[in-house]
Order: sequence, then C-alpha cells, then structure tokens
Amino acid sequence: MSVPISARPIDLAGTRSPARREWVVFARRLARRRTALFGLVVVAVVIVAALGAPWLVQYDPIEQDITNRLRPPGALDAAGRSHLFGTDHLGRDLLARMIFGARPALMVGFAAVAISGVLGMAVGLISGYFGGRIDDVFMRLADIQLAFPFILLAIAVIGVLGPSLPVIIVVIGVSSWVVYARVVRGAVLSLREREFVQAAHALGSGDGRVLIRHILPNAFTPWLVVATLDMARVIVIESALSFLGLGVQPPTPTWGGMLADGRVYISTAWWLATFPGLAILVTVLGINLFGDGLRDTLDPRLKL
Amino acid sequence: MKIFLARRLAQSLLVLLGVSFIVFFILYLTGDPALVLLPPDSSEEDVQKFRQAMGFNDPFIVQYGRFLVGALHGNFGQSVRHGEPAFNLVVERMPATFELSGAALLVALCLAIPAGIVSAVKRNTILDYISTVVALLGQSMPTFWLGIMLILVFSVQFNLLPSSGRGNFQHLVLPAITLGLFTTARITRLTRSGMLEVLSQDYIRTARAKGVSGPPVVWKHALKNAAIPIVTIVGIELGTLLGGSVITETIFAWPGVGRLSVQAIYNRDYPVVQAAVFLLSSTFVLVNLFVDVLYTYLDPRIRLR
Repeated sequence: MSVPISARPIDLAGTRSPARREWVVFARRLARRRTALFGLVVVAVVIVAALGAPWLVQYDPIEQDITNRLRPPGALDAAGRSHLFGTDHLGRDLLARMIFGARPALMVGFAAVAISGVLGMAVGLISGYFGGRIDDVFMRLADIQLAFPFILLAIAVIGVLGPSLPVIIVVIGVSSWVVYARVVRGAVLSLREREFVQAAHALGSGDGRVLIRHILPNAFTPWLVVATLDMARVIVIESALSFLGLGVQPPTPTWGGMLADGRVYISTAWWLATFPGLAILVTVLGINLFGDGLRDTLDPRLKL
Repeated sequence: MKIFLARRLAQSLLVLLGVSFIVFFILYLTGDPALVLLPPDSSEEDVQKFRQAMGFNDPFIVQYGRFLVGALHGNFGQSVRHGEPAFNLVVERMPATFELSGAALLVALCLAIPAGIVSAVKRNTILDYISTVVALLGQSMPTFWLGIMLILVFSVQFNLLPSSGRGNFQHLVLPAITLGLFTTARITRLTRSGMLEVLSQDYIRTARAKGVSGPPVVWKHALKNAAIPIVTIVGIELGTLLGGSVITETIFAWPGVGRLSVQAIYNRDYPVVQAAVFLLSSTFVLVNLFVDVLYTYLDPRIRLR
C-alpha cells in the first residue's frame, strides 16, 4: 500500500543554510581577530609567491652570473634593474631565489601534513573509539615515537635513502602523527559517550558508520587546529634539513640551502644569510598567528 | 604509589625496547654494511667471508637479538671511522651535550617563568604585549637562523663572544641562547595561560577576600598550581633540546653528541649513529620517568589513576 507523501518541494537552500550560516559566523569571528587575519594574509602572499614564482621574478633563480657575485642589496645590474636583496656567491638574484624557495617549503609542508594528519586521524579515531588493547598498543607506539630525537631520526633515514622530495615528505609525514592521534583520541573519548552517538547506535548504525559519519566530523575541528600549527613546524624542519644539506638538492633554491650558503660568507655578505631566514620566520609566524586565531575561535579550550 | 612506580617503570622499559628495535631496523634497512666497511676493491669472496664473520648473513631476528644484548652491555660495535668502540665515543661527548642542553633549559626557565607570570598578572598592559610578541617570534624563528644571526652580531660585528668551540663560559652563551629560545617561547606561553587560568579560580578569590595581598597570592597560591603543566612540559622540552642540539652543535662546532652523530651519518659510521640515537632517546625516557614521579608529588591526584 502506498501512501502518497505530500509533495511539497524541499527547500534545499533552506536546509543547507544553518551549516553555511555557521561558517559565515565563524569566518566573521576569525576576521575580527586582527592577528589571525594578518597571519592569513601572510600565508596567502607566500602561497601566491610559490604558485606564481615564474611570473613574479625578474631574474632566473638558477642561472649564474659570476661577474655580479656578492652584490649588496639594492645594487643595479648592467641593464639598470635592481637586485633588491642583492646577489649570492654565484651572482644569482637573492629575491628570485627566495620566491622560488617558497615552493619546496610549501610542498613539503602540505604533503607531510596531509600524510601525518590522515595517519593521526585514523589512529586517534580507532584508539579512542575502541579503547582497550588497541588503544594501549597505539599509545605505547606514540611514546616510542616521542622518545626519538626527531631530527636525528630524519637525518639518519634521509642520509641512508638519499635526499629527494618524496623521501623528505614521507619521513616527516610518517613520524609526525602523534600529536594528531592524541588530540583526535581525546575528542573521540568524550564524543563516544554523547547522546547522538548512542542514538546512532540504537538506530542500527555499525561502528564504521558511526565513526565516519558522526564522530569524525566532530573531531575535525581540533584536528584542523593541530594541522595548521604543525604546518609551521614542518616548514622549519624542511629548512633545517636543507640547511644540513639533506633537503631538496641544489641548484633548486631552498630557504635552508640558501642559509647554509650564506653562512660561509657571514663576515663579508650579511644579506645572504639574513633574508632567507627572514622568509622562513615570516612564513612560520604567519602560519602560527593564523593557527592561534583558528584555535581561539574554534576551540578555545584546546591546549596545544 | 608503589604500583604506580612499577607500572611507570615497566612502561619506560617497553619504550626503550621499541626504540632499540627501530634504531636497529632503520639501519638494517640501509643496505649492506659489508660494502661500506670493506675497501671498494675487495673481491666477492672477501665480502662473503666478512659477512659470515660479522654475522650479516644471519636472520633478522638473530641480528636484532645480538644488537640488543650488545646494547645492554654498552656494546654497539667499533666505530668505522675512529676505530674505537662507538659507545665510548658517544659517552665521551655526552657531558658537552648535557652542558649545552642544561644551560639552554636554565636560560629558558629563568626568562620564561618570570615573563609568563608578569604577562598574566599585568594582563593587557604593554609588558604583556611585549612578552607575547617576543614569545611568538621565538616560537617562529628557526634555530639555525638565530644562531647565524647571533654570530653575525656578537662575533663578527662586535667581536664580543666566540662563535665556535667549547671551553669557558663565553663559549656557552651564544649556543645556549640559540638552543633555548624556542623552549623559552613555549614555556612563556604555557606559564601565562596556566597562571591566567589559576588566577581566576575560586580559591584565589577566597585568598584575596581573606586579605592575602598581591604578591603572596601570586607566588604562594597561584604558582604552585600553575607549576604542574610547566613541570610536564619541561620533560618534553628536554627532548626538543636534546634533538635541537644536533643543529645548534653543528652551527657552533660544539663537540657534543649531536655534531658527532651528524658527522657519523655523513661518514656512514652506523655503529656510532645507533649508539647516539639510542643513548639520546634513553636520556629522554629517563628524564620523563623522573618528571612523572616528581609530578605525583606536585599533584597527588595522579597517583590514584
């Protein structure tokens, strides 16, 4: 027997709006924090620089020009163009190299955070939801991971496998899951007991469905905050590895590699080491400011 | 209390076992040590003989067992480069690394705790803003860049402090500041937020209402309670310091474990790498065990869990 259901069209826009409105409210709250907004602008500028590098620079970042080596900031070349930040020991324009240097930094940042974020999310969900033996095993693994001097581990593995972009990304990604797992696990522990989860169980949802549909979306906010702040850490690690000669290899410009080059000329050409370091500092500061704002807006009780 | 200690001790041992396994496994993956250890023109027969003699042909688990037994006796094999036992090489460098990490931690605590308290007590004043901005900068600054900038200013420009080596107090200043800044920033922020939370608690208001005046409330009532998260983070930060010493020691040519292990990795001197990673990790685990025990004295509620 079929009962005709009243065919009033559902107002899709209307049903979607509460969630949308929440995002608008959130964006407004975030925008009111001037420091977070400033951070966002900085990050946006760096991303634009990385994406648009070939169109933004006046000089080739790799081509050497030995006659123009170690020129101070503001020096003019033969064509009357200015080297705003000077040139390096091989006569390459420092600004052009800094703009191109944003590429490996962001690439490693996003990719490594994606890997460790997904790993940590999965471990946190499983560990927090099922508890017991699995939880014990994962948490001991986390302790072991944390007991390692990370940079030493990374150097050892990269020294052995050889430095290349994929190796760097995987090494950083695989060894950074612990913070995500702990934060997500903490969120899951309290979500597990909430009424809407019990209701989902009562209605016959299996564990997998409850985890993906009901718990994951609610554990997403703390995860996002961790991911943002972790991005800053990963960028510092990427440049530290490049600094030690274990990052993306020359002639590809990296901020850490430029610093290592500049260190040799520290007594004669101060700008070589100063500006690439400023690039790292400003980028990381921007991400940290944005991450702090995100945390304060989304989840002020989160302790990170 | 005894049960807590026993359980915590068992946990630490388990972690160390895991560490030893990973240290062994990574370097097991690195390929054939015989090819690294022997001169490049050795014959195939020599290589096979050497592999047999060193036990590189044994199954993985046997090799791991041998490594573990050796490690427990402080035997990580001979350094390929220096021809001395790797363990001794690392242990010789330990005091330098401890000196540097300790000095960095001291710098961090001396700067961060007062800064955090002032920041919380004088909230939203110019002092709070300065300390917050400095902490934020400190947290965002890459160690190696800070080190180079300090050398540029204090060694190259003004010739005030030495830029490399270990010796008297002057040698320690720049590396300790470099290594300690990140930790300083972390602890400052934590102290500030911890104090802010505690200062708004009812018992502080009660103490104030009963006539306890400004400073004693802060020092006696608030700091004691805000100290708990600070003590925990000190344990964790020591890991950051021991790990961070790798880069700081490289910049300042500080003769510690970090610099030794970077050189060992470049030289493919794996016994030294294994010994260094294992000993640094063990130090970290022991310190955290100690911190956890200390913690139960500060916050007896922990013992009940």
